Amino acid sequence: MSILVGKDTRVVFQGITGESGTLHAKACLAYGTKIVAGVTPGKGGQKFEGAVPIFDTVEQSVRETGAEVSCIFVPPAGAADAIIEAADAGCRFVVCITDGVPVLDMVRVRRFLEGRNTKLLGPNCPGIITPGECKIGIMPGHIHKQGKIGVLSKSGTLTYEAVGQLSALGIGQSTCIGIGGDPVGGLDFIDCLEMFNADPDTHGVVIIGEIGGSAEQRAAAWIKANMKKPVVAFIAGRAAPPGKRMGHAGAIIAGGKGTAAEKIAAFEEAGVQVAPSPADMGVTMRAALNAAGVSA
Amino acid sequence: MKIHEYQGKEIFRRYGVPVPKGEPAFRAEEVGPIAERLIAETGIPVVVVKAQIHAGGRGKGGGVKVVKGGPAEAQSVADKMLGMQLITKQTGPEGQKVRRLYIEQGLDIARELYLALLVDREQRRVAIIGSTEGGMDIEQVAHDTPEKILTLHVDPAIGFSPFLARKMGFALGLGPTMKGPLGQFVKLLEALYKCFTQEDMSLLEINPLVVTKGGDLVALDAKVNFDDNASYRHPEWKKLHDADEDDPVELAAKDAGLSYVSLDGDIGCLVNGAGLAMATMDILLNHGGRPANFLDVGGGATQEQVKTAFQMILQSGHVRGIFVNIFGGIMRCDVVASGIVAAAKELGLKVPLVVRLDGTNVELGRKILDDSGLLIQSASSMGDGAQKITAAVKQAQA
Repeated sequence: MSILVGKDTRVVFQGITGESGTLHAKACLAYGTKIVAGVTPGKGGQKFEGAVPIFDTVEQSVRETGAEVSCIFVPPAGAADAIIEAADAGCRFVVCITDGVPVLDMVRVRRFLEGRNTKLLGPNCPGIITPGECKIGIMPGHIHKQGKIGVLSKSGTLTYEAVGQLSALGIGQSTCIGIGGDPVGGLDFIDCLEMFNADPDTHGVVIIGEIGGSAEQRAAAWIKANMKKPVVAFIAGRAAPPGKRMGHAGAIIAGGKGTAAEKIAAFEEAGVQVAPSPADMGVTMRAALNAAGVSA
Repeated sequence: MKIHEYQGKEIFRRYGVPVPKGEPAFRAEEVGPIAERLIAETGIPVVVVKAQIHAGGRGKGGGVKVVKGGPAEAQSVADKMLGMQLITKQTGPEGQKVRRLYIEQGLDIARELYLALLVDREQRRVAIIGSTEGGMDIEQVAHDTPEKILTLHVDPAIGFSPFLARKMGFALGLGPTMKGPLGQFVKLLEALYKCFTQEDMSLLEINPLVVTKGGDLVALDAKVNFDDNASYRHPEWKKLHDADEDDPVELAAKDAGLSYVSLDGDIGCLVNGAGLAMATMDILLNHGGRPANFLDVGGGATQEQVKTAFQMILQSGHVRGIFVNIFGGIMRCDVVASGIVAAAKELGLKVPLVVRLDGTNVELGRKILDDSGLLIQSASSMGDGAQKITAAVKQAQA
């Protein structure tokens, strides 16, 4: 088991014939993801890699192939429209990898998703992977290992770092999710924690946050009130000076708020073990599992 | 992207938002004639000379002067202000050089209010924020007297509804009737919402929004930030951009598709991904080192970009060592390695270099480094790399 995606998940790639869509669709296929359809308006009837049927609309792809999850590699100007199209076609889960989507477009998308049974991950995120079963995104598949730990993060490469450390210690992962760092997006920390908490095959969670905003503090409060499994955290940006934006749109300490110290304190207060160094995420998880008497 | 007050007010005018009469000036000798025109047009003998820099808190730093002595005095005030290093709490201790001024008519002010529109991350909607405490630091107001701030949200499916403006307007004390300032406020807020959404702003702040003694509403300030992600549909933003406000190194990085922030330490960092780049700075700190920069080469950097990144680090004079930390996903380790070797050979490497590569094509990447003949220390992990570079820098200093 896992959350959101697994070995039977039927995936459609929107923007499959674009440069990055092609590159990553190939890598996901090679990993074993069941990509049952691609969508590129005007290229309906063609085949991707000689095997995956391409459709003009998401609705056709859902009807013809039973696709239920969409992965979006459409450029920023069309990304919001692509998410809305996937939701309208009835996809239960949409993963939007596209970086650079205007925030007001995302405000409209979120409004459209209200009351619908479509979950959104991203935009500007590395995607989601259930090791050994289904990879929907741009992460390197080979560093992952099947197992029982959920990994949850705003960052891409820092997630790979955490996964690499866990795998090297022999600790596998149930599902790894990068929620992205955009100001307005889909699933947040708490949405994912709820799913990990309810998943019987997830035995612990690594959560990776960063400076700026208050999502980590809210996640900590939720963990304190609800979480039944060991959680380990790391907060990036302790060395970042105030007022400077560190790459991600949200990664800025403004008005003395959103500091790493504040977030670390919130997690510790919630009983979460905070890794003192980014090199210690794996060993901190191992210690937390041992302390809780939980198997990895 | 940030723009200047006078540029923001030009946009406001286009949407019918009332602003004082004013004109920008780039040289002191332009200021006398502008002041003369403003005084003649408005019949008010007072003008205000305002420094145009992107940082807030200009008034307290001496960047806003009320001039009552006519055009000649305005010109002499302008002469002193142009070229000064204006230090505000947002500029940092070095300040920002004043290169542009805005000359504006004076107003008789009865009340100062605060009004802002922004994208509320938590509510995922456009928020309208108002307060009776205009002209103050709004973060301070939020901290000391949160009850004096009212926040409303706009449903994007519906857009602006006048009731929102009435609700806010009554709370700001613009009643008791719909005539006068409250009626003006409803129109003003509708225009601002249209302006905010059509122009893809991420922040629109008017502090203060004033009620004049004559009972009129006027936007006395205009702070506007645009959403960089929407730049593809706003080619006109290029003309509004003021390159003098940017750090030249950070600007060069942006042009090369890199994300770079200068810091005050001595260990240069080259990392892929913003989160890992921050974590790399953190781990250097853990080992007693100090990062000289934040540098994210992005997820899909080319060999050329890696080389540019390397050049930027080497050109910053205070670097005593370099730590490359790459976890390749989309980015292949062999590409990074080739970029490093090319840059180091071309530029000459005079400081210790520690490279940690992991992920896609790692063996190939390590082989390229090993075969390069360069003095590169290879690290097996992030922690190992941080330890090696801090030790090497300490040793070089000893």
